Amino acid sequence: MSRNTWFELLRTGVAIAAALTIGFVVTSLVSESPVEAFGYFLKGPFTSIRRFGSFLEAAVPLTFTGLAVSLVFSAGQFNMGAEGQFFIGAVAATAAGVFLDLPPVIHTIVCLAAGMIAGAIGGFIPGVLKARWNASELVASLMLNYVFLKLGMYLITYHLRDPSAGALVSLPLKESSWLPQFTRTTKLHAGIFVMFLVVFLCYYFLYRTSRGYEARMTGQNLSFARYSGIPVLKVILLIQVLGGAVAGLGGAVEMLGIYRRFQWQASPGYGFDGVIIAILARNNPLLVPLAAVFLAYLRVGADVMAMYADVSAEMVSIIQAVIILLVTAEAFLAGYRHRLTLKEVKQRASAS
Amino acid sequence: MHPLLKAVFSASFAASILRVTTPILFASLGAVVADLSGVVNIALEGMMLISALMGVIASAFTGSAWVGFLAGVASGILVGLVLGYFHLKLRTNVILAGIALNLLAAQGTVFVLYAVAHDKGVSSSLPSKVMPEVQLPIIKDIPVLGAIIGKQNILTYLSLIAVVVVYLFLYKTSFGLRLRAVGENPDAADSVGISVHKVRFIALAISGALAGMGGVHLSMGYVSWFSRNMTSGRGYIALAAKALGRNHPIGAFLASLLFGVTDALSNYMQSLRVPGEFVQMIPYVVTLVVLAVYSGRQLKWGRFSNE
Repeated sequence: MSRNTWFELLRTGVAIAAALTIGFVVTSLVSESPVEAFGYFLKGPFTSIRRFGSFLEAAVPLTFTGLAVSLVFSAGQFNMGAEGQFFIGAVAATAAGVFLDLPPVIHTIVCLAAGMIAGAIGGFIPGVLKARWNASELVASLMLNYVFLKLGMYLITYHLRDPSAGALVSLPLKESSWLPQFTRTTKLHAGIFVMFLVVFLCYYFLYRTSRGYEARMTGQNLSFARYSGIPVLKVILLIQVLGGAVAGLGGAVEMLGIYRRFQWQASPGYGFDGVIIAILARNNPLLVPLAAVFLAYLRVGADVMAMYADVSAEMVSIIQAVIILLVTAEAFLAGYRHRLTLKEVKQRASAS
Repeated sequence: MHPLLKAVFSASFAASILRVTTPILFASLGAVVADLSGVVNIALEGMMLISALMGVIASAFTGSAWVGFLAGVASGILVGLVLGYFHLKLRTNVILAGIALNLLAAQGTVFVLYAVAHDKGVSSSLPSKVMPEVQLPIIKDIPVLGAIIGKQNILTYLSLIAVVVVYLFLYKTSFGLRLRAVGENPDAADSVGISVHKVRFIALAISGALAGMGGVHLSMGYVSWFSRNMTSGRGYIALAAKALGRNHPIGAFLASLLFGVTDALSNYMQSLRVPGEFVQMIPYVVTLVVLAVYSGRQLKWGRFSNE
């Protein structure tokens, strides 16, 4: 293992440990029995098969948004649109699942494509605003998140709503559009194969194609990329569209795999978790599923804790924020890295 | 005349524009101060949210609206200093640090609300206070103008005063000059003995204080309770207003007014028979369109900025 990889692993580990410690301190501020509550949080995902299942299920949408954010971060773009793209992708898949009448597998594929296209449009808008008009993709994508949330709720309320249902939910998805679930106890579904395929494709694109190389170059040093003749504006637009497509596909997979009707009233927050995942995975698609599993573990643990103890699940946001802050802090443990480098140099000097 | 047009040209509508502009205006002034010192403060959203909650809690426990106001401002400053610590001392990417703080604010406020009020939605069980409304003695009797600015929340007046104060501070004081110098060229500023870190810390604290006032207005002026995610993107809209206003306090004021108009319009249209979801989209769509139209010039090999 190279010194750098070792150092990054160490730093991530220390950041997570620090975050969990702070999480525990906050828990003990509000809880009557903090040790017990925090125990539920840490052990929660392993306490029953159903919970272990929901822990793995939650890793699927998180992997998609983590990949989407990793793609755009690789090109140095701060597109925060994964949240809205995921949401509108789910709405588009719902529309295709409710209205179309197609044979089983084809119907599923069409629904997934619908989600992907909706998400891609969500990536195209901030991308084109940035590439053509130099408008901040950060602000544009944040605004677009709200637009997509409202637009999605409008479509569900006025065009897809099931009038016979008591709550605000869509008409049921046709069975031909479902992604099959493996067992009855968990909702683990065939979308996981789509997920692994996309993980591989994202990796292949970023590290094995020239466009992917150009994107990473653009992210590392925009001026250098431009002077070496890379069409940076095209690359930025492309990467934002691809990121949007992946996030939208994630929304569609989640909808077809887990739900039988659209029933969200608010955005489920996978997009912002995608940011944390991309940071933990250092934008490497192959590491994204691992980071997603970790985030899913935090989510499910927090839910179990909220169910059995007097601490609400939002506690986990404190842990998440500390992880982002410390993992991305360049100066965090920099002194240690410095000493490590010094030691190595001295060793080499004495060896020669 | 069409009822919508009639309403839009009424004095009470103009008054409501000022009311909904207030929080965006405070935050966009905060964005200007941070930006001119060379820091993109996207934590404004989280700052407002935290201040809105802290104001409600402090006023409920002390029975004083002003203590609530101070608590809100103080928490805004505190978040600004935390952002400064991570960005300046630990060299965290400022956008990622801002995102982390916004995430923390969005859910952390719900966490605290639940711990204090045992409710995850609104704080209405807390006996929180509101900032007083003020009547301007002579102006209130002037026709039309009196109806518009004669009687408003004290924070609305404060936000208008803040425009002038921030302008004077940035362009007429020596510290303002130093602040802008740091933003313009930190190395040059450093070479003449200005501490870049210190100036940026102070800028972030001021930015936090302004965003904090905006937050307090939301929960203790605009309405009289805290509800989860009540900022609903106003901190981000403020960033757009800052860009639209060319990083100038007066420009930010005019841009905030524009967003205030769309906000007030969407509030009003909700009472008509337009689907609510559509109407609520208006401020965000307008921001997007304005961002595109205004950024204006097409790029060939143009400059890039990541903010």
